Order: sequence, then C-alpha cells, then structure tokens
Amino acid sequence: MISIQTDDFDLAVEYRHLRELAGDTGAIVTFTGLVREFHEPEDPAARPVTALQLEHYPGMTEKSLQSIVDEANSRWRLSGVRVIHRVGAMQPGDQIVMVGTASAHRQDAFESAEYIMDFLKSRAPFWKKQLTDAGSDWIESRDADNVATTRWQNSSKN
Amino acid sequence: MLSIHYFASIREALDKDHEQLELPESVASVADLMRHLSTINPLFKPILDADRKVLVAVNQTVVDKDYRLSEDDEVAFFPPMTGG
Repeated sequence: MISIQTDDFDLAVEYRHLRELAGDTGAIVTFTGLVREFHEPEDPAARPVTALQLEHYPGMTEKSLQSIVDEANSRWRLSGVRVIHRVGAMQPGDQIVMVGTASAHRQDAFESAEYIMDFLKSRAPFWKKQLTDAGSDWIESRDADNVATTRWQNSSKN
Repeated sequence: MLSIHYFASIREALDKDHEQLELPESVASVADLMRHLSTINPLFKPILDADRKVLVAVNQTVVDKDYRLSEDDEVAFFPPMTGG
C-alpha cells in the first residue's frame, strides 16, 4: 500500500499492519527517512535548516511510486510492501518517508527496500525546499542519487 | 487543449502553477513546445537556457524532448526530483 500524506506516521503501527498483511513470512525490513538539520554537513558555511517544505505532483506521485513497487514485486518474492511519503511542512528530526518490505527471506526484504528507496529519491515527483535563517532554497538533486539507481540495471533477480 | 503544469523552482520562476494552451500547429514535439513557450513568455527563456536540468512529463510519465504531443495531453515541467 502507498500513502502520500501530510500527517506523521507511527512506525510500530505500520510494522504491525505489514506483519498482518504478509501473513506467514520470514523477514520484515523497515526503513525510515528523517529530515536533517544540515542537508550538506560537509559544507562549513551551511546554515541549520529550520523547516522543510515538500512539494509533489498529485497523481503522478502515486503512479510513479506504484510502478516502483510493481517493479520491486517482479524482482523479488515479496509478501507485502508499505510506502509512506509525507508532503507539506516538516521540521528537522521529523519522519519524512517510510518503506517496509516483507518476504520469506531477509535478502529479498533488504534488497527490495533499498531498491524502492533508490528509485523513490530520483524517480518520484517530490521536491524539497529548505528554510534557514538566510532564506529558502530548493534542494538540488544529487548525482549520487541518480547513480544509485543504475546499480540495479544489470542485477535483475530471478 | 494542452494542460501545462509547473512545479518547484520552475513554478516559482514562472509565478504560476498551470496554464491551458491550444496546441499550436507549429508544435509537434516537447522540444517544439518549449521553444514556443519561451517565445510567448520571456520568463520561460532563462529556465530553458540555464544549466540546470528541466524534466518533462506527459500524462504523468517522464518523456524525452522528442516526444510527440497530442491535443489533450497533460504536460508538466519540473526540476530533477529530490524525494526521500
């Protein structure tokens, strides 16, 4: 199941639902992404982020997340998938995204969760704008995020 | 009518989030549409001239600039995505 929402989520509740959905399964992996106070910690001039605004493209967001999940389902044997992505206003430390995958085996659960996150970062229409005491700016996409998707191109799993 | 949507930094630079446009005869591809929009709206030119990448989606799927447009397409322009 995929949810785009402004509200926060409760990882324990989501884990329990995924566990119920998956039935007799052997492994559940959950990943939670948080809003960072310093988007580029290596930059000494970086100002702490006071708020984050997350914009998306309603309709296309759900469609692209569904196709990422469909692809994950075709690559790995999964008994359940849960994706939550928040939009709107957030603050440092807030939960922003959650991916949960259930499978009979841990490798499938780990790999598929990582796959979904890799594609979610650069293929789903979300954009982050950060506010600091110096003003606001749109976060630039990272080459590393695009490179992260290429490692899956030649590793189609049977 | 084409329905054109703008997001994030492009929405802010154009100061609008969408517009409707009769598909002009001179416009066959996405690249043609981008040229057309920059001739009718001076705000559009710096966006296309800039080094930063502009992505285009048609009917909610990212397409290449040579994608052929149809009359009732939903077109969207946006910067590279930064989710997660």
